[in-house]
Amino acid sequence: MSASGPRLQPTIFERSKPGRGGGLVPHPPSDALDRIPTEQRRERPAGLPELNEAEVVRHYVNLSQLNHAIDVGFYPLGSCTMKWNPKVNEWAARLPGFANLHPLAPDVTTQGTLQLLWELEQILLEVTGMRAVTLQPAAGAHGELTGILMIRAYHEARGDTARTEVLVPDSAHGTNPATATMAGLHTVSLPHEDDGGVAVEAFRRALGPQTAAIMITNPSTLGIFESRIGELLEAVHEAGALAYMDGANLNAILGRFRPGDAGFDVMHINTHKTFSTPHGGGGPGAGPVAVNERLEPYLPAPRILRDPDGAFRLERPGERPTSIGRMRAFVGSTGVLLRAYAYLRTHGGSGLAEVTDDAVLAANYLKHRLAESGAFDIPFEGVCKHEFIASASSIKKRTGIRTLDIAKRLLDHGFHAPTVYFPLTVDEAMLIEPTETESVETLDAFADALVAIAEEADRDPDVIRSAPHTAPVRRLDEAAAARNPNLRWRPAAGDWTPCPD
Amino acid sequence: MAYGPHTPADRQRMLAAIGVRSVDDLFADIPEALRAGPLRLDPPEPEQALVTRLGGLAARNQADLASFLGAGAYRHFAPSLVDQMLLRGEWYTAYTPYQPEVSQGTLQSIYEYESLMAELLGLDVVSASHYDGATATAEAALMTCRATRRDRVLISRAIHPHYREVVRTYFHGAGIAVEEIPLVADGAAAGTTDLAALEALLAEPERPAAGVLLAQPSFYGLLEPMAEAARLAHAAGALSVAVVEPVSLAVLAPPGAYGADIAAGEGQALGIAPQYGGPYLGILACTDALVRQVPGRLVGMTTDLDGRRAYVMTLQAREQHIRREKAASNICTNQTLLALAASIWLAALGPHGLRDVVALGAARAAELEAALTKAGAPRLHPGPYLNEFAVRVVDAPRVHRELLERGVLAGLVLGEAVPDEPSVRDGLLVCATEVTTAGDIAAFAAALGEVIGGRAPAAVGGAA
Amino acid sequence: MVPSDLRYTKDHEWVRLDGDTATVGVTQYAADQLGDIVFVDQPDVGRTVEQYATFGVVESVKAVSDLYAPISGEVAEVNGELAAKPELVNSDPFGAGWMIKVKVADPSQLDDLLDAAAYERLVAEG
Repeated sequence: MSASGPRLQPTIFERSKPGRGGGLVPHPPSDALDRIPTEQRRERPAGLPELNEAEVVRHYVNLSQLNHAIDVGFYPLGSCTMKWNPKVNEWAARLPGFANLHPLAPDVTTQGTLQLLWELEQILLEVTGMRAVTLQPAAGAHGELTGILMIRAYHEARGDTARTEVLVPDSAHGTNPATATMAGLHTVSLPHEDDGGVAVEAFRRALGPQTAAIMITNPSTLGIFESRIGELLEAVHEAGALAYMDGANLNAILGRFRPGDAGFDVMHINTHKTFSTPHGGGGPGAGPVAVNERLEPYLPAPRILRDPDGAFRLERPGERPTSIGRMRAFVGSTGVLLRAYAYLRTHGGSGLAEVTDDAVLAANYLKHRLAESGAFDIPFEGVCKHEFIASASSIKKRTGIRTLDIAKRLLDHGFHAPTVYFPLTVDEAMLIEPTETESVETLDAFADALVAIAEEADRDPDVIRSAPHTAPVRRLDEAAAARNPNLRWRPAAGDWTPCPD
Repeated sequence: MAYGPHTPADRQRMLAAIGVRSVDDLFADIPEALRAGPLRLDPPEPEQALVTRLGGLAARNQADLASFLGAGAYRHFAPSLVDQMLLRGEWYTAYTPYQPEVSQGTLQSIYEYESLMAELLGLDVVSASHYDGATATAEAALMTCRATRRDRVLISRAIHPHYREVVRTYFHGAGIAVEEIPLVADGAAAGTTDLAALEALLAEPERPAAGVLLAQPSFYGLLEPMAEAARLAHAAGALSVAVVEPVSLAVLAPPGAYGADIAAGEGQALGIAPQYGGPYLGILACTDALVRQVPGRLVGMTTDLDGRRAYVMTLQAREQHIRREKAASNICTNQTLLALAASIWLAALGPHGLRDVVALGAARAAELEAALTKAGAPRLHPGPYLNEFAVRVVDAPRVHRELLERGVLAGLVLGEAVPDEPSVRDGLLVCATEVTTAGDIAAFAAALGEVIGGRAPAAVGGAA
Repeated sequence: MVPSDLRYTKDHEWVRLDGDTATVGVTQYAADQLGDIVFVDQPDVGRTVEQYATFGVVESVKAVSDLYAPISGEVAEVNGELAAKPELVNSDPFGAGWMIKVKVADPSQLDDLLDAAAYERLVAEG
């Protein structure tokens, strides 16, 4: 493609031409593989494409231009915190001293990275009000599993083995109940009150000697701070259970609320949300887990330790028998963690407080703009935190236009859509999270676009129903994709060439 | 605030519109008793100062030693174009492709990743990625239990110790039994998975096994009897899982060819920098028959309303955001950007470049073996290897330390990394790849000669 | 309108009894609520199903739902056509979109189910 013309690309396999490419690595001696027994070898080369450098580059440059991204425009995906991804962090992660460091290199050769990780732990402890932290989990959901396994280990160590249930509010991310199942526990779903908070009576009925933990997202996925949190946590601990905080929405409370101080026993942090590490089209992330003194003995191994002489080291295998064990290979997603460290150093204590203040200010401003317009239902009035819910419920009743249609029409305005149909507890939900790094002009333009679409729904619903009109493709046949899955390209039979030697 | 766009006037305008006096009013819903004081952290650091700090930390690491360390993370040459493509913001600053119409770049790249890996693995269904090799292996083991409705897996002791530990951690949660298959003690197959022991473990009718896991090459660098292990697993009604290193598949038989039902592995070797442990690339693949058991995202090809070819996340009803407590796994975030990195690396090298990478690594490893044998550190196991192998060194921890002082990172001290495997107590696990130089090998051999002096151990135990 | 000769569960399955064989499927309402159905996970022939217990799963693009047996018995036949054409559940839920046939142990279990009028009231009440 060029600046004009067709935008879609053939697959990289279709760009291949036998005999193209090469010249990147030295040629090996011809007998290099003679010692590999024939029965252990491939019969023929894998059907990988053959391309020269320009073909590879053009393929991936052109493909990239089919994406919306933070570097391209506004990305108000609720619960995903799509804030600006600083460029200096990319530079830092590529410093050879960091990038080329082997994960099993002896501690004496890795002091710079160990110091960075250790300092990162100290910063996270101050932010969360917790006692200890593991940087090992590779993502938020991985952190959830780590936390719940630690809770299990805590109860087991006390001989308290009848605790098999995890209480999860109905507005929670799907990862919460899925985590409970992976940890061998059962989920009990908690209903919500009209104000969006956990229904306290139902919660008290569900709580008992069989309860291992409660998992709470605070602020909730409705963007509402759980004001009764003190009361809930007190009851949880009275019942002998522990409290897990899903830190997906930490961006709303930096310097305003510390989960550890409030009585949570464990929480995870999504570095790709709160601390701006790039999400790369779906990953990587990192999910550090912070705990209080109850759970510290059970942290995954290895921890990062500082010896009295100031040297840093990793825990040795078996050094702390109470550990739940490893959650992944090696130390952690260090390349992600060091970007989070750079972000935290850049902001410092005062900057982090401003992050939260501006994120909450932007969300309330945008919510106010939409409420004022009357174009959408705003199911939860009053202040929100860093995100809020709007609903197309009335628009649907009036015009048949659904949230999905509005999301698609937003793409024509150059915006990514908010998170839609989540949480599951709100009809025709749109979860909107502007973040602190979007200008007021962008917020106004987005509000104007949403209001214009709502008006369009009455005037010309078909143009919304058939949106998007300016994206690289129109709506997709997802049913066909699922009924007859095509999950891989099949190069035409015989479309490979033997190695030249 | 760094990166923030708001002027004081912007903030005032927003506060006035909302109808509050100060931002504090927006936090009135946090009960007073639970409000936090100011964070006791350092003040903000301007980019210029941050760059100095980070440069200083990076300089405290020694990442440029003559390194022979592999053990699950490998150095390979990455052509310049790979990172230049990865630095495009359209790739790395995108979120999960929830709106496929404006995410076709990410979606097509994942589809191509699935296709490239399917070619390498000889299996048709490739997950869009998992966290790393260890967690992919644990998910593979869980898949075997779901698919067979059995709750006991057999895992070779020649699988990476971290992977085995992660499987144990995951399975303690799920309440599934993990039993280890021992290694052959001596003879030509010493150090490989003991098939007779596997057969015995499979012959317990009241405790049927769900899956059998072996690594190819093994943690010790040896080639394993994958086809025979798969045959034994299938005969017992269990599934066969191959834990693979994908670069080796340019040369070695793919899992699909020797009957593996599932393949898992670490994709870091596909041109991804070691980065002290991650982010890496968990590979998870299976046969068509198991497609509904595979956890994590899948991208498929479909068409749009105009009939144009397009890509979309599919079979999503398996996943946590729909199935919640009944989901196959809780995985949400994956390693898409790393899958992209691996794809670009494979596309740049092509089939012949990839084979050259493997062959050159094998050649360097043979040179390394010869040099170390001569210096007094013969191989610990006799069987064939590709580019990684264990050597016998008396007092390996001390030797390793003294070599480090001479600028050589002499692989991994097996006695420390695998304390529960006495047969490798005197071992160093070393590897070579195409980036290993003849000079590095000579330096290693020379330093080793100095350090172990006249105390060379006896030849390969049992096999001599 | 739903067929008047069938019995219904509150979970939107229908059942039709012919002799001692009951045919089971989901209602048009259930199919519409799920949207484009892409997969039906069916039990093996010969398996015993219990009234009100799950016997399978139906998936659409964005949703998944358990299937509950309206009646106990042994699975005598499953609708093999659904493997290739799950969309039959959307287009003809009471006909070609049927799911399983059950050899019924106790036909009186049917008395516990809703008749067409009661089921229509249930759907109307939402």
